Amino acid sequence: MSQTIATPPTVRLDSDVIGKPINRTDGPAKVSGAAKYAAEFGVTGPLWYGYIVSSPVAKGKITKIHADEVLAIPGVQQVFSHENVSSFAWFDRAYKDDVAPGGSPFRPLHEPEIMFNQQPVALVVAETFELARYAASVLRIEYDVEKHNTDLDSVIGEAFDAPKGKTGFVPPPKPKGDMNKAFAEAPHKVAGEYIHRAQHHNPMEMFATTVDWLGDGKKMKIYDKTQGAPNVQQYIAKIFGLSTDEARVISKFTGGGFGSGLRPQYQVFLAVMAALELEHSVRVVMTRTQMFSFGHRPHTLQKLRIASDDQGHIQALEHKALAETSQFENATETVVNWTGILYNSPNTNFDYQLSKIDVYTPLDMRAPGAATGNFASESAIDEMSYKAGKDPLDFRLLNYTYSDPTENKPFTSKRLDDCYHEGAARFGWDQRNPEPRSMRDEKGMLVGWGVAAGCWDASMQKAAAKAVLSADGHLTVNSATNDQGAGTYVIMTQMAAQTLGLPMQQVTFNLGDTNMPAAPVQGGSWTANSVGAAVKDACQEVGKKLLKLAQKMDDSPLAGVNFEDAQFVDGHIRANEDITRSVAIEDILAASGEDKIEADGKAGPNPINQLKYSMHSHNAVFVEVKVDEDLGTIHVTRVVNAVAAGRIMNPKTARSQVLGGTVWGLSMAMMEETYLNNELGRYMNHNYAEYHIPVNADIHKIDVIFVEEEDDIASPIGVKGVGEIGMLGVAAAIANAVYHATGKRVRELPLTSDKLL
Amino acid sequence: MNSFTLTQATAADEAVRDLTSHDGAAYLGGGTNLVDLMKYNLERPTHLTSLGLLPLTDISSLPDGGLRLGALATNADTAWHPEVEKRYPLLSQTILAGATPQLRNVATNGGNLNQRTRCYYFYDLATPCNKREPGTGCSALTGPNRVCGVLGTSESCIATQPSDMCVALAALEAVVRVQGPDGERTIKFDDYHRLPGDHPEKDNTLKPGELVTAIDLPEEGYADHFTYLKLRDRSSYAFALVSVAVGLKMNGNTIEKARFALGGVAHKPWRDQEAEKMLEGQTASPDLFRQVAAKVFAEAKGYGEGSLHNSFKIELGKRAIVRALKQATEMSQVVNPNVFLNSNP
Ligand SMILES: Cc1cc2nc3c(=O)[nH]c(=O)nc-3n(C[C@H](O)[C@H](O)[C@H](O)COP(=O)(O)OP(=O)(O)OC[C@H]3O[C@@H](n4cnc5c(N)ncnc54)[C@H](O)[C@@H]3O)c2cc1C
Ligand code: SF4
Repeated sequence: MSQTIATPPTVRLDSDVIGKPINRTDGPAKVSGAAKYAAEFGVTGPLWYGYIVSSPVAKGKITKIHADEVLAIPGVQQVFSHENVSSFAWFDRAYKDDVAPGGSPFRPLHEPEIMFNQQPVALVVAETFELARYAASVLRIEYDVEKHNTDLDSVIGEAFDAPKGKTGFVPPPKPKGDMNKAFAEAPHKVAGEYIHRAQHHNPMEMFATTVDWLGDGKKMKIYDKTQGAPNVQQYIAKIFGLSTDEARVISKFTGGGFGSGLRPQYQVFLAVMAALELEHSVRVVMTRTQMFSFGHRPHTLQKLRIASDDQGHIQALEHKALAETSQFENATETVVNWTGILYNSPNTNFDYQLSKIDVYTPLDMRAPGAATGNFASESAIDEMSYKAGKDPLDFRLLNYTYSDPTENKPFTSKRLDDCYHEGAARFGWDQRNPEPRSMRDEKGMLVGWGVAAGCWDASMQKAAAKAVLSADGHLTVNSATNDQGAGTYVIMTQMAAQTLGLPMQQVTFNLGDTNMPAAPVQGGSWTANSVGAAVKDACQEVGKKLLKLAQKMDDSPLAGVNFEDAQFVDGHIRANEDITRSVAIEDILAASGEDKIEADGKAGPNPINQLKYSMHSHNAVFVEVKVDEDLGTIHVTRVVNAVAAGRIMNPKTARSQVLGGTVWGLSMAMMEETYLNNELGRYMNHNYAEYHIPVNADIHKIDVIFVEEEDDIASPIGVKGVGEIGMLGVAAAIANAVYHATGKRVRELPLTSDKLL
Repeated sequence: MNSFTLTQATAADEAVRDLTSHDGAAYLGGGTNLVDLMKYNLERPTHLTSLGLLPLTDISSLPDGGLRLGALATNADTAWHPEVEKRYPLLSQTILAGATPQLRNVATNGGNLNQRTRCYYFYDLATPCNKREPGTGCSALTGPNRVCGVLGTSESCIATQPSDMCVALAALEAVVRVQGPDGERTIKFDDYHRLPGDHPEKDNTLKPGELVTAIDLPEEGYADHFTYLKLRDRSSYAFALVSVAVGLKMNGNTIEKARFALGGVAHKPWRDQEAEKMLEGQTASPDLFRQVAAKVFAEAKGYGEGSLHNSFKIELGKRAIVRALKQATEMSQVVNPNVFLNSNP
């Protein structure tokens, strides 16, 4: 076996998988039901069920909980409330998770005060779910009700500048020039106010936690619905004073998150608290109604002013936003900055403020902040193009910027211009009649074509991974990251397979377990980039060890070859210079006598590059709408979404991300809105029947174009991420198309039929 | 959810006896509405009389030329029944505009008539609602009320009856057959659902223990001139903001007979017989349709402005009537305008 024979290169390279449209490795498990979600795991021994009781009032104080009546019901184990839940942590900072905003986090069952409607006020634990639900329904709780205020309009006067303090939040750019003067003097100008109200994430999977009480001290397996097991672990460990060994958090599959699972939700606190107090396995699942009881995309009011000269060059640009936050935390999003990144203007002014109302703290929701700001600014830019007498696409190209005006830095890469050109060609933009109300279809419906651009961060976080190559040649890579449906399982498998030149079937990627190397929460479009780079690093370290072992083999053909000069292809290590100098990995493993070769990998942002460059993904969205003017109905009949987001690791899963983002953008534009009743201080359409999102029949042709960018500065693996970018531009492009069709500018979302009557 | 007992009745009289012999009992049809309401803890029956085995699933011709729809026939079987499709296409289309295939496969005709309102507050125990708990007040009067009505409302309740099917049954002048402790009787469709008045807790005129056994359709089905126009917030799986069911008999361009009803605007499918008369004997024209629409909404009352409140339904309702009458006279576009049949592949 020690003799190594040089193998000729094969034609088909099974290991050349990056950039290929490969099916999800977790697909079969998902469609066959084998994939387990948080509320589906079995436990050792019997399981008890906790049912959450929610406050019916928005503000006040609990005066009495008639727990005794409920405890008398056979099978009810305990009623937890502020009356009997011991104070776990002295300081509220123990409740701060990795992505918490500034302020004092909500502490469930900590005190009798009610700070928001549907606040969890008790947990009823019983032997069956049905019994817990019944017992919760008859639990009498008395309140001293106080006057609440959930009306953002009434507290505009109390707005304050959004404070720093949350990961990822960038305060508004500094003003430039003299905005007021430039605006006053410019020949063409627009000013508008834009509104959208609260929107809730509503992933299909309800928030749920199953705590498996292992009967060994305080050891637990905590199966949680989250976008980041490590974030949940540190939250739980800090509050309850547990070790990471005691609080192992597992999240193998996440049935959608969209940001709702970035922060640990209160059901995980309640389930762990109950398990610790009762020393028993417990499961807690929220109801759909309770899915409307925590974070949401904040109700935001925006004002824009833009002015241009006669040639159409922007001379003045102002974007101001005011968003709601809770009484106890300052939820911040980056809302107005994107406008300044996309367009250059000698005179600018940006402003972002918050006002407090009696609701739960808003929470990042897909393309947080950007989706909000983008709708307003791309609507205003569009309006400006008409005022300046320019085609909306030409106007954007005319004001195109090759460096980031807010930070005076070059972009690492920016092919938005190619997105415009390729998208316009695919859409047929040159056939557009610029005149509003000028186009109709064969049935007489008004037709409108609109365009908008989008911009998102290409960011990187610290992440780690571990790779283990076993003697049988199977490679297993682990990282405690998450897959909320994005395709993390498959692209990380691709990354590992490509790096070590192994076929996909020989590689397994595992995630979602705090026993694995740490990874950040899945959000911000940074997973592919950050975890991908860590996986690559771990596999390269294994590769280096393999090369060393190969060189120890008798008469090794790879003698003297540096790692940088070797390639890992099709199960072999070869010398770049002469690929006939090759050794099969299985032979190396056999010769080494090792039962496994393992290595850790890590990745993180490059601070020097971050100082020097601005790193962003971009897109251009083209939309056709047809409008039945008498009835106000709008159909989005065609969308072309052209995306420049660095290297695309898997065009199939990336396209799915952009399709999903496009549908979400349409949903935001046309349907989504949580109805807040200010008298009751309560969201009212808290179910899938009345909180509308699109159905299949609402979605027509969507074309996705990837304009690839070579960018090794934004990321060591050239990846910028596609989780959010696909959503941007869509809502504005739809509103712009509606204007082109009807001549009506709608500045309030969603574009329900009543707004066109 | 509270515990309950359940009996499977096999005959109508047995079902009535079973129900009346239990306190707090309810009939269970397909369960697509009742079971939801039980899970929400809004309805708390202690006993269910299941109707699933009743021999009331037939759809059969009547001697007077009409058609009888069994109360236990599913919405899907009714919509796709060849006689219904041929003679009462309005009913067929209307049923198919509602809910989803899965729900229609299970939902029964009797259950459809008796489904409860979708008013947000009715569904939320934390809020005052006169229909759910008489005397607590009506949260919808001032709060978000996009789902609520603008015609025939009262200060006690502005809820709507949410069914699509019932809108067609009103226009078709169906008759509901019921059986109760005192025997059988028939109820004209117009008299079946009621306006809220001071008793919004009562949706209809059924007496205690009465069971719907069938719905009878008269001979006239308006198969040559009909339309169901349903306007809603998305293309399917949404209740009507406003809907209009129209059946016309035409002679050339002259309307000989006109029947129409509206959904999504009132506590019952809304018919206006005077407005129908305005159409009869007249030449179809947009002007006439506009006058008719104005008449229907002359007494309408909106409850607040903006898209969360329902005043827009008055203008939208008028436009819907005009469009629906146009569609029915011309038989031009008998598709749900929300469902855009795209010519692009
Ligand atoms: C998500 C969702 C979306 C929907 N969308 C629509 C829509 O767009 N349009 C629409 O029209 N409908 C819609 N529906 C409602 C659906 O049509 C009704 O739920 C269904 O028709 C009820 O029929 P059922 O047999 O399941 O009734 P059940 O739930 O069994 O009963 C409903 C009520 O009727 C009573 N009842 C049942 N049968 C009889 C009888 N024979 N005699 C007397 N009383 C009886 C019951 O006691 C109960 O009070 C929707 C429902 C859901 C859940
Ligand atoms: S409209 Fe009727 S159902 Fe709605 S809250 Fe008022 S009383 Fe209740």
